Amino acid sequence: MAETSGDLRFEGITKKFGDFVAVDDLDLTVPQGSFFALLGPSGCGKTTSLRMAAGLEEPTAGRVLIGETDITGLRPYKRPVNTVFQSYALFPHLTIFDNVAFGLRRRGVQDFKKKTQDMLELVQLDGYAARKPTQLSGGQQQRVALARALVNEPGVLLLDEPLGALDLKLRRQMQIELKRIQTDVGITFVHVTHDQEEAMTMADTIAVMNHGVIEQMGTPAELYENPRTTFVANFLGQSNLIMATVTGRSGDSLVVDCEGQTIEVEASRSHVESGRAWLGVRPEKLTAVPTGREDHAGANVLTGGKVSDVSFVGVSTQYLVAMPWGEELMVFQQNTGQHTPLGHGDTVDLVWSPGHAFLLDAKQDAHAGMMTPEDDE
Amino acid sequence: MTSTAGVPPVAPEPVVDGETSRRRGWGWLLLVPGMLWLAVFFLFPTVQLVFTSLYDPSGSYETGYAMTWHFGNYADAVRDNFTLFVRSFMYAGIATVICLSLGYPLAYAIAFKAGRWKNFMLVLVIAPFFTSFLLRTLSWRTILSDQGPVTSFLQTIAVLPDDGRLLATPVAVIAGLVYNFMPFMTLPLYASLDKVDYRLIEAAGDLYSSPLTGFRRVTFPLSLPGVVSGTLLTFIPACGDYINAELLGTPKQYMVGNRIQAAFLTEHNYPLAASLSIILMAVVVLMVVFYVRRAGTEELV
Repeated sequence: MAETSGDLRFEGITKKFGDFVAVDDLDLTVPQGSFFALLGPSGCGKTTSLRMAAGLEEPTAGRVLIGETDITGLRPYKRPVNTVFQSYALFPHLTIFDNVAFGLRRRGVQDFKKKTQDMLELVQLDGYAARKPTQLSGGQQQRVALARALVNEPGVLLLDEPLGALDLKLRRQMQIELKRIQTDVGITFVHVTHDQEEAMTMADTIAVMNHGVIEQMGTPAELYENPRTTFVANFLGQSNLIMATVTGRSGDSLVVDCEGQTIEVEASRSHVESGRAWLGVRPEKLTAVPTGREDHAGANVLTGGKVSDVSFVGVSTQYLVAMPWGEELMVFQQNTGQHTPLGHGDTVDLVWSPGHAFLLDAKQDAHAGMMTPEDDE
Repeated sequence: MTSTAGVPPVAPEPVVDGETSRRRGWGWLLLVPGMLWLAVFFLFPTVQLVFTSLYDPSGSYETGYAMTWHFGNYADAVRDNFTLFVRSFMYAGIATVICLSLGYPLAYAIAFKAGRWKNFMLVLVIAPFFTSFLLRTLSWRTILSDQGPVTSFLQTIAVLPDDGRLLATPVAVIAGLVYNFMPFMTLPLYASLDKVDYRLIEAAGDLYSSPLTGFRRVTFPLSLPGVVSGTLLTFIPACGDYINAELLGTPKQYMVGNRIQAAFLTEHNYPLAASLSIILMAVVVLMVVFYVRRAGTEELV
């Protein structure tokens, strides 16, 4: 058995299926004990990366390491890694107890009975030991799959879309449950998902993957507040992207011209130095105020908007504001009572703090990473 | 989540409304043609056979047989043909074991490794059925003949002595049985292996099973329904087979089937033929019940 602890590292990992490059020269370090999410749309290479860590797929080039041990050439059954499969892959001919005890028995662990029993208690299924998997609900099967992998105390636990088959309410519940279990056991979790909300809820660190490469890696707040690419800006939450031109510098900020209006963006949040750029602002960072109502000293302002749509959604009101250059911007306003409710056709200014916008490369596709309805399940 | 722990959920009884029960009534009607067929062509002949087995054995084809409830026919049949019974079950058993050990790897390869050749290989398994059973068995006479390639090859590598032969030996009869019943073994095996989710095998590997252990603990148990139906479909007809012994063996290799056939068609000794048939049927049924119980297939998903 290889060394069982340490960081999980991918060094220059490439995986090709024929001509298709699923994973392209991937370098990645997952710190020991972290809850790490690989987030991306289907076909981005996240599951392939996970399967290479499990040993179910062999990389075309590169190395996989745990700590200092190279596990690239190890067969799956010799790796200190366990997987929670997307379809759970529970053994239908074995009872819940035998499913969970499977790995312990194969390794000849003496007190497998007690360990299995304890693990069933941890996932709150101790009354179900004698049942068969088909006699359990989806959520229960999911917990059996988790217990079956966790009971082996692997160095790294791999989770392949573990909550994908559950309904929304159960998924929320399991997200909290998974997070609690990870904190309890302290094992490194690598969680593959296409659900950005799920990744942000659970993970300490998220790597956003697209077309076989990592677009950006960081804490959920970093990725959300300061995305580096249009893909990340759109895939995590929603963004307004406006075409702008960098015209100069003022202290720690870049000055940009946005359809004739001057805007400042903090340099640390600007991922271009000069020329054309996408100015990005999250909808909830924008405030829409009736034209000429207030003094906006120190804030960025875009004037000349006209409310074209109002949707009341309880905690907030979502506005679409048509700008003079034809683009419609989204504004989410919390219903705290501090904002004046706006009506269809009102003329408004859009206001935000300079620390809330970001500047992205204009060559990138403004629609990259946007959810199409069939992706968003 | 805590509230449900340990409390098995109770499935509500399905409510049957008038509509469904009426539809169910129609469903039973669909069984009528099949049931009629079974009654006329299976139930009636079986009852007839039981009666025939109890006729007075001193009768003959010319004078006719009288119904005397002569249960002694059974004792006579077993006493006079005991070796034939033993030989039949032995040949059929050996043939079944060989079929299983050849058919399993074949079915496994078709299910998991054949890729785009899958359908082609399945057609090859079924292909023998396109020729007559009799013709295929006859051609084995040529293959196994004393001057044939198989015999001379085995003589060359000294597996067979120089005057040794294959035709007219138990080897030839068992080889014929294996060949003829192979598809009946392979197809059910393939059907159940093909249903095995490959991800389960991956999961076994992920949980510290070497490929061999994974096969023993996951793949094989999941293919057990195929093993059971394959062995039954091979063993049962092989027990009653007489063509292979007739064409590839000599009277020394004859099986119960040969005796039944002769008693019915040559000697016209109907009471003997009928009691032999019924004994064979009863013993096979008993063996199958015992086997299925042991294999515990009703437990399998």
